[in-house]
Amino acid sequence: MVTFYRRLPKFDYVKPKGIEEALSLLGNDDEGRVKVFAGGTDVIPKLKGRLMKIPEVLVDLKGISDLRFLVHDEGRGLRIGALATIFEVAHAPFVKERLPVLSQAARAIASTQVQNRGTIVGNICNAVPSADSAPALLCLEAEVVCLSKTGERTVKVEEFFMGPNRTILKPGEIVKEIRVSMRPGGTRGAYLKLSPRSKMDLAVVGVGVTAVREDGVLKDVKIGLGAVAPTPMRARKAEGVLLGERAGDALIRRAAKLASEESKPIDDHRASAEYRRMMVEVLVRRAIHQCLRN
Amino acid sequence: MEKDAIKVKINGRRYDLNVPPWKTLLEVLREDLKLTGTKEGCGQGECGSCTVIMGGKTVNSCLVLGVEADGQEILTIEGLASGAALNPIQEAFVEHAGMQCGFCTPGMIMSAKALLDRNPNPSETDIREGIAGNFCRCTGYTKIIESIDAAAKAMKGGA
Repeated sequence: MVTFYRRLPKFDYVKPKGIEEALSLLGNDDEGRVKVFAGGTDVIPKLKGRLMKIPEVLVDLKGISDLRFLVHDEGRGLRIGALATIFEVAHAPFVKERLPVLSQAARAIASTQVQNRGTIVGNICNAVPSADSAPALLCLEAEVVCLSKTGERTVKVEEFFMGPNRTILKPGEIVKEIRVSMRPGGTRGAYLKLSPRSKMDLAVVGVGVTAVREDGVLKDVKIGLGAVAPTPMRARKAEGVLLGERAGDALIRRAAKLASEESKPIDDHRASAEYRRMMVEVLVRRAIHQCLRN
Repeated sequence: MEKDAIKVKINGRRYDLNVPPWKTLLEVLREDLKLTGTKEGCGQGECGSCTVIMGGKTVNSCLVLGVEADGQEILTIEGLASGAALNPIQEAFVEHAGMQCGFCTPGMIMSAKALLDRNPNPSETDIREGIAGNFCRCTGYTKIIESIDAAAKAMKGGA
């Protein structure tokens, strides 16, 4: 039982105006003395609950206009800046029409109040295995642009997650943006979330599916799973049986079963591993059908 | 670790305040400004009883630092009524028994206001989604939904 403190601990607060200033504040700090935040919807509860090392300085990224963007173009696809809120991404017409898996996943996060402050970048940086945006970003094979004083590097979102609450970010590094390259017509998709309540809960199982069907045959299919492994994961064996095939009921069932076998859930207070495994199969089947119907 | 100076507009009135960075907006509203209509239920952004409208959007004020409110316009439950005249949403909650203990009510009404501002003609599903970030332990939500539905209809009449 966690002892919950109602007040925040004390810290200094800085709001840099530019990326350089933020990065130099971070320096090479590997002791957690300096912590960046944007929406605060993960950091502030963690600080209140004393669930993280208390930083000496909280760096508010919201003053950095270079991080505040949500843009798309036919050449580079979608670019989600570090300060783009979950609500903005969920409701952007471009995302709803061309990348429905991401729109649905973003809408599944917490509540409107949290979505108005929280960011998609923050969602992946917090890196809980149940992060709703993750299965969608995995299906879309998004790339994460990481910035430090020494320069910029791009990693695949699949490599970004290293474990529960662990990302590939090194000390002194922040995420600048997430990039989703895309097909001209967009990609149909669906995100399904199993949770006790219809809103506000973490996912017990999260399933994202994207598919491209031409002449009745699946030319591309991706399945992302959340909350059933130490990190969000792709169900590659399930994808493998579907690719290049006509997606009939029997094949979809087989793929769903494979996805369930690929998943590695644990028992926790939200659900047992056994139940999660069973629900992976159910949700993958439903998500594929829904994706192909959309 | 000093206090930071912030300028904020709350319910139409300008305030110049000095707040330490570790004070949340909720604490500033309730403790510094004595605007105790906004409640703390969980302090973690999970119950919605601290909901206020900042920059035109509903936010959990327990998750916003006071210093982050610098330069913002904020609307709290205290800002809805005009003197003795209740806002139509408040009227509807009174008339349709949308409250029992009343603790969730300020946050619920702020979410309702934001919902009706962007969707003046919500379906029941829309209303349920609009208040999905606000918990109520007393009512079972039925009367709350009826109140918001009634408010929507009253406001379309040009109230």
